[in-house]
Amino acid sequence: MNKGLPADSVGIVEARTQHFSEPLTLACGRTLAAYDIVYETYGTLNAAKSNAILICHALSGHHHAAGYYSADDKKPGWWEACIGPGKPIDTDHFFVLSINNIGGCHGSTGPVSINPDTGKPWGPDFPSLRCRDWVATQRRMMPLFGISRWAAVIGGSLGGMQAMRWALEHPDELRHCVSIASALRLTAQNIAFNEIARQAITSDLDFHGGRYLEHSTLPKSGLALARMVGHVTYLSADGMGEKFGRDLKSGNFQLGQDDKVEFQVESYLRYQGDVFSRSFDANTYLLMTKALDYFDLAREYGDDPVAAFSHAQCSFLVMSFTSDWRFAPKRSREIVDALIAANKPVAYAEIEANFGHDAFLLPIERYLNTFSAYMDRVKREASHAL
Amino acid sequence: MRFDLNLASEWIQPKSRVLDLGCGDGSLLEYLRDQRDVDGLGVEFEDLPIRQCLQKGLNVVEQDLDSGLANFRDNSFDVVVMAQALQTLHSPHLVIDEMLRVGRECIVTFPNFGYWRGRLYLTGRGRMPVSKFLPYSWYDTPNIHFCTVSDFEALCQEKNIRILHRSVVNADDRESFIASRLPNLFGVTAVYHISK
Repeated sequence: MNKGLPADSVGIVEARTQHFSEPLTLACGRTLAAYDIVYETYGTLNAAKSNAILICHALSGHHHAAGYYSADDKKPGWWEACIGPGKPIDTDHFFVLSINNIGGCHGSTGPVSINPDTGKPWGPDFPSLRCRDWVATQRRMMPLFGISRWAAVIGGSLGGMQAMRWALEHPDELRHCVSIASALRLTAQNIAFNEIARQAITSDLDFHGGRYLEHSTLPKSGLALARMVGHVTYLSADGMGEKFGRDLKSGNFQLGQDDKVEFQVESYLRYQGDVFSRSFDANTYLLMTKALDYFDLAREYGDDPVAAFSHAQCSFLVMSFTSDWRFAPKRSREIVDALIAANKPVAYAEIEANFGHDAFLLPIERYLNTFSAYMDRVKREASHAL
Repeated sequence: MRFDLNLASEWIQPKSRVLDLGCGDGSLLEYLRDQRDVDGLGVEFEDLPIRQCLQKGLNVVEQDLDSGLANFRDNSFDVVVMAQALQTLHSPHLVIDEMLRVGRECIVTFPNFGYWRGRLYLTGRGRMPVSKFLPYSWYDTPNIHFCTVSDFEALCQEKNIRILHRSVVNADDRESFIASRLPNLFGVTAVYHISK
């Protein structure tokens, strides 16, 4: 055990890269001749290879879902709350695969990669992607480990959309689908917020039509602004009130004083935007938000979610959070109602939480307990399959 | 398993599709799954029972019965069960209508407010009855729409609901001759099997 790291963490993890040289035809009709996938795994694959779990990440996620990169690493993976020994996605029982989706900016092939045809970064020329492209690339990881069926495919938000797409496209290759804080498709309001974010990025003078890398610059202020807008929508009004209130970072309102007043929430948002703008790629943000907007689970099924889900063969766990207004409980109930009408096994819990959409990343007691109770069943079925 | 659930289970055919409203810890659905190969779905509103259902590997969705059953399609279940929840609903009569829309048959169980001990309590003490069966004070009880066996049957008549079977459970958690003859007086819990 590594000293200093929490006992319920998977501990020190390492990212690996897998190169794929078999061309991949994308939903947009274009073909990627070759690509890399960066991934991490946690836990041990059993002999029957029946305990494998695929994690699908959301808009700004990546392969580093759990654990630490070194004993001094301060920050664990993005889903440390849910992945680890004794946690809902229990690495004492499950083998977990977490990949960075193509189009991402954390090592898998994406807009910052070099386009072999030009020798320059792909930038805005990177093919547009859909959820089904990510499902296709995730599926190509299975032979590496000899996995023919996932014990569960799990994701939150955009990740939940991928998990549901899995259930429809490859029904006999997963036993469970877990969709958290997700939706059958985005609402107009949701698309509107994504468009504001995109406009913030593309109107940055340093954006250069997406070819900022060729200009040796970054549209940092645009990306930061996009993140700030996004971040506000991932929190709840009450949650922000509790966390920041009207607390001041500096200055005051005393009469006769003209100090610059800065609220805590302003400072926090700027910091979040700034950090994000230096660690995330603007073209990836555009690409991911468009994939979100274009996703419509039932589009190819006569716009009928019930007809869509009739193709599924797995069991479903759906969860939502009361204060999440970006992927509101109502959206999850639409998923659940369609599953019920399609006569599919489904469990649904609506978790009381004050943290908005971000709740799905956080260690909320009822969330973890409910998730664990469901995953116990996944565990039992994985061991029966031995 | 509670005796009213035991009685209810007798009226459910193997391999049928069952919706259990207010399924609690899922005892009935677990029994039906294991003994009758029943494909069941529970509806529950509380955290702990939902988790207990999940631990049993049951399908359960969080939903408030007072918000209705509009999300369930007509005749989409063979049997819709609602045990000991009728008296907690804001509009019990509308929920019964909905149950009969969603299921071909329904099973409803409820505490009989006409039970003699309750009557005696109210007559003698002039206070709302509190017993081991209904242990709440009037102000904090989840039970807001009490009815008697006779009330329920009057509602069935009014709505042209067919009563397929009726059982009543006595104070010893059993079916008894006297309770079955005088259910409104000697039944503690009423168990009805109804259809349109």
